[in-house]
Amino acid sequence: MTQPVIPVPPSAAVVNPVQRRNEDAPRASWAKARERLAWAMVAPSMVVVIVVALYPLAQTVYYSFTDARLTRADEAVWRGLDQYRFLWEDRNFRGAFVNTVQFTILSVLFETILGMATALLIFSNFAGRGLLRTAILVPWAIPTVVSSRLWQYMFTEPYGVFNDITQYRLPQLVDWIPGIGSSLAGIFPAPGDSIPFLTDPTLSLFSIIAVDVWKTTPFMALLLLAGLQTIPGDVYEASNIDGATKWQQFWQITLPLVRPALLVALIFRTMDSFRVFDVVYVMKQGSLDTQTLAIYAQQALINGDRLGRTSAVAVVIFLCIALMVVAYTRLVRVEENS
Amino acid sequence: MTTLSAAAEEARRDAVQSYKPKRKWTIGRILNKTLFWALIVFLFTYTLFPYVWAFLSSIRPNSANGQIPVQYWPENLTWEHYQYVFSERSGFLPALRNSAIVSFSVVIISIAFGASAAYALGRLRFRGRSFVLYTILSMTTFPAIAILGTLFQVVRQANIYDTVFALIFSYLIFTLPFTVWTLTNFFRAMPGELEESALVDGASPFRAFWQILLPLALPGLVTTGLLAFINAWNEFLFALTFTNSDRARTTPVVISSFSGNTQFDVPWGAIMAASVTVTLPLILLVLVFQRLIIGGLTAGAVKG
Repeated sequence: MTQPVIPVPPSAAVVNPVQRRNEDAPRASWAKARERLAWAMVAPSMVVVIVVALYPLAQTVYYSFTDARLTRADEAVWRGLDQYRFLWEDRNFRGAFVNTVQFTILSVLFETILGMATALLIFSNFAGRGLLRTAILVPWAIPTVVSSRLWQYMFTEPYGVFNDITQYRLPQLVDWIPGIGSSLAGIFPAPGDSIPFLTDPTLSLFSIIAVDVWKTTPFMALLLLAGLQTIPGDVYEASNIDGATKWQQFWQITLPLVRPALLVALIFRTMDSFRVFDVVYVMKQGSLDTQTLAIYAQQALINGDRLGRTSAVAVVIFLCIALMVVAYTRLVRVEENS
Repeated sequence: MTTLSAAAEEARRDAVQSYKPKRKWTIGRILNKTLFWALIVFLFTYTLFPYVWAFLSSIRPNSANGQIPVQYWPENLTWEHYQYVFSERSGFLPALRNSAIVSFSVVIISIAFGASAAYALGRLRFRGRSFVLYTILSMTTFPAIAILGTLFQVVRQANIYDTVFALIFSYLIFTLPFTVWTLTNFFRAMPGELEESALVDGASPFRAFWQILLPLALPGLVTTGLLAFINAWNEFLFALTFTNSDRARTTPVVISSFSGNTQFDVPWGAIMAASVTVTLPLILLVLVFQRLIIGGLTAGAVKG
């Protein structure tokens, strides 16, 4: 892209038509006018931020110390730490907390590995890399609700496509291998013995993680790819001359140099996973065994009319995420100093 | 400009990488190549299969959608699911209308508010500038769930529960801060002579913004607009909580609520037809604007 560059004589660029007449007073009024304009232009956005985020956040903190109900929030009575004490003792809340942490760690781990593999593949120069880069944007652009329903159908018991593959297709495929084929086929479930991907509590956690990984790996891959592209090519050329293997290059050049981008991607994904709602809600309709903190909070509000309790959960989520942001900025600063 | 240098760098890298001395075909190399292409085929299948599967399920009768073993190549093609989805019974058309109204309004408001704030933050020096900048930056990671309850309260008090206004209003929390932040960086990167020459000619700072910088920021506006649109189109938590009728329900809510009379009678065909329909505009946007979208997604990540 080219930009029209309008030639300006250097002296004229700093002198203002207004300033030329009188030195001090007009300059001050000019600066004042500028300041007024700046605030006028910033004002709409600031009003939105205050009304939609800061004010509700302050209210949330206040309500979390009360017994507020949605229908009569004005009559809320101060209850101190009662809501937090309730959460501490509630088995469902602790379950939701554990589920959320498990979900966050596992899905971020898997999508980092898969995202790194995808980024390296796209970065290595093969015919069709542009096509792959476009293709991975599809899962990213699909609404989470839609991707959840697509995978819900594929995981369905007994007629979902994954049950078909594990019971019929894969055994057929390995049976074809001479020698060990028939014994290998034995490890797959027998026809009619379908796998409860969505009803078994442990399995369903992994099914949900699979959907999330599918949807969010592209974001990871694109951030890592952008990081890879900042690495100067001659570093690889030099290490090629020194006879380094691909494996050595990955651990000693690629990984250290892509670290800043990896850190940013990791923290974005961790914060996002920690507030997961859509995918779990749609796939399990809020069933308790995979409930997350966000679902716990939403259900307390909608089904229980407990504004105070929802607010307490909200504060817990907010604090956890704020902690991650602080940890992240610390890490980045350490990176910059070293 | 950054896009230019990035493209040049990419072209240079391609040239360097594609220059390889000819090597002999050894067994190890063939194995390596096979593994490499197998991985690529796997990635393509993994990425695209669910969507292809959804499309196939949307054009065959539901009897085939619950069949064991699974029917991979559809027989008896039918449009009945699309006919149902676009009929009045499904409630999908009003949802599509609501989604469109909400998404376009959110994009317009975000861009209008965002571009003006970004110009002030990126171009004008004023007291309180860094305070405003950091307040807005901290909002880009704001968890929507943290304000769900109180926002519900605000929505009820403002009497906009179950209207599109509730959604337009609440969606600004995740589109506006991002827009302001991205565009601020965009404006800051522009050469200073551009508006100075206009100011010398006697234009007001606002005119310099409106007539010179804003048109040049068009790629940035398109990028942030696209991302805001996709976010608003896909949002679920607020849409589920702040609506309860055809008046304001958006497509994700309707798709999540499609269900049969029993567990064994899920209308997969209709669900998939609606899913394909909702996703189609997004896929078109991605195909047309993929460079801008990738640029917008990764902006800021590389600079740290």
